[in-house]
Amino acid sequence: MTNKTEIKPILQAQELTIGYANKIVAEEISVEINAAELVAVIGINGSGKSTLLKTLTGNLDPLSGKVLIQQKSLKDISVQKLSELISIVLTETHFSQNLSVEELVALGRQPYTNWLGQLSSEDRKAVQQALELLEITDKSQRKCGSLSDGQLQKVFLARAIAQETPLIFLDEPTTHLDLYHKIFVLQLLKKLTRKTEKAIIFATHEINLALQLCDQIILVNQGKIFQKTPEELIKSNLLQELFPKDLVEFDAASKSFRVL
Amino acid sequence: MQKSSLYLLSGLLLLLVLLMLNISLGSVTIPLKDILASFFNTDVEKETWRYIILDYRLPKAITAVLVGSGLALSGLLMQTLFRNPLAGPYVLGLSSGASLGVAIVILGGAVFGGVFSTLFLSKFTLVIAASLGSVLVLLAVLATSFRVKDTMALLIIGLMFASLTSAVVSVLSYFSPSESLQKYIFWSFGSLGNLAWQEVFILAFFWLAGVIISIFCIKNLNALLLGEKYAKSLGTNLKQNRLLVIIATGLLAGSITVFAGPIAFIGLAVPHLVRQVITKSNHLVLFPAVALGGAILMLICDSIAQLPGSNLTLPINAITSLIGAPVVIWLLVRKKKLYF
Repeated sequence: MTNKTEIKPILQAQELTIGYANKIVAEEISVEINAAELVAVIGINGSGKSTLLKTLTGNLDPLSGKVLIQQKSLKDISVQKLSELISIVLTETHFSQNLSVEELVALGRQPYTNWLGQLSSEDRKAVQQALELLEITDKSQRKCGSLSDGQLQKVFLARAIAQETPLIFLDEPTTHLDLYHKIFVLQLLKKLTRKTEKAIIFATHEINLALQLCDQIILVNQGKIFQKTPEELIKSNLLQELFPKDLVEFDAASKSFRVL
Repeated sequence: MQKSSLYLLSGLLLLLVLLMLNISLGSVTIPLKDILASFFNTDVEKETWRYIILDYRLPKAITAVLVGSGLALSGLLMQTLFRNPLAGPYVLGLSSGASLGVAIVILGGAVFGGVFSTLFLSKFTLVIAASLGSVLVLLAVLATSFRVKDTMALLIIGLMFASLTSAVVSVLSYFSPSESLQKYIFWSFGSLGNLAWQEVFILAFFWLAGVIISIFCIKNLNALLLGEKYAKSLGTNLKQNRLLVIIATGLLAGSITVFAGPIAFIGLAVPHLVRQVITKSNHLVLFPAVALGGAILMLICDSIAQLPGSNLTLPINAITSLIGAPVVIWLLVRKKKLYF
């Protein structure tokens, strides 16, 4: 492991205000993400998790403030160049089911291929490595339409890895998965950050799991955004105030939410 | 990759065989040796045979190849752009848009003034008007497609635009003098024959322009298979790509409709038929395969339209519908799910 103090943050946001033309979602945001970190973005439904992720990935302009990626302002980075810095995994299901696993993963190489999208031997190697990393090499010729949700999640993750970006953003990667596969995917993300030095940021509703597995947690609540380590977050009073107190309560001793 | 090249090669061979078959069919029976002789400019038994082959059957066969491949390609482009397996130039109203363009030039010229009509009534103008018509319909369908995500709704919107344009055509024809109305009706029957070499060249020119533009879209079309958000994250310039695809489809569908009339089902059915053989989704492989498939199917349809052994020629758009409609129904019933 590299010594973290030497590394400059990959992604930085200071004094950021996010939202839409007629509605401010959150203000005075500062976020800092380093290489090899697993970061969860948590918050209740409609709190602004997606707005934050959209702003950090350059799909929505901030109302004020700046997002810096490798010390460069996100605004000044072209779509082309950004594709070599950020890869994404969405919850979207409207894609061609006719793609084979290998073809889908190979699409991650688009930022590096020529004008016709032909794969070089280097591209093929990267695709194979991504398939191996997620242990789906044996399914490489299967059609995506024939895969289960969990397998599909792995395929899209492999695609993001083949894109070879220092940052990966995932939108709720564990929805539709059972508890075992939820833990499986999150463990996998953690392993990836350690193995590949990538920073992985994901939005999730699995607060209990995030507290156990992540290096940093970004909490979005009522127009405010806090970035803390799980330990700091548990010590603070923030989780207790996340939900209305009539149904659920955070228990600091067991580090988890409990039904009242 | 090798397997796909093998398929492409055998497709090319099949195309050549069908091309020869198509040229050898017709109301006048011409022996094969005289067909070849007229190609190689050696002695032919009757000089009229050489004329029939070189100035009638050959341009018709080449038109069939251009029309079939062009329509099939624009079908593929539409299916990927809209990520909708049932999209195609006819279904989305592109052919109707082209008809509107032609109607405005032929009928509108007569309605709005004589100078207008005599000045602009060349085939070249017709092609441009038709291409503009299809581009306009396409833009309108695209604009509404942002608001509706439903696969079926998009097709119904295409249908609505088609009936809108045909209503405008009806109004125009109501006010037109019988002479130009007759001209328009003859055009709308559509036919692959009766094209002089000069017209074949104009068609080939627009076909080539459409194909070259769409070749530049291949990489971005592959990215679009994942949806627009993923495509953007892969560095695709969405707006530019959308514009290029629309221009390419407009040129292909517009020019083809001008010369061959509105032809249904080729654009919709061929990409799906090709996907039964070629399992890859990469447009770099699908592109030549779909073009070949379209050309092959069109040649078959045209050979059937000749009614071998008789003097009759059936309208080509009837044949494509007779073959295409059952194919689409069969695909839907048997495969349950069509892919884009």
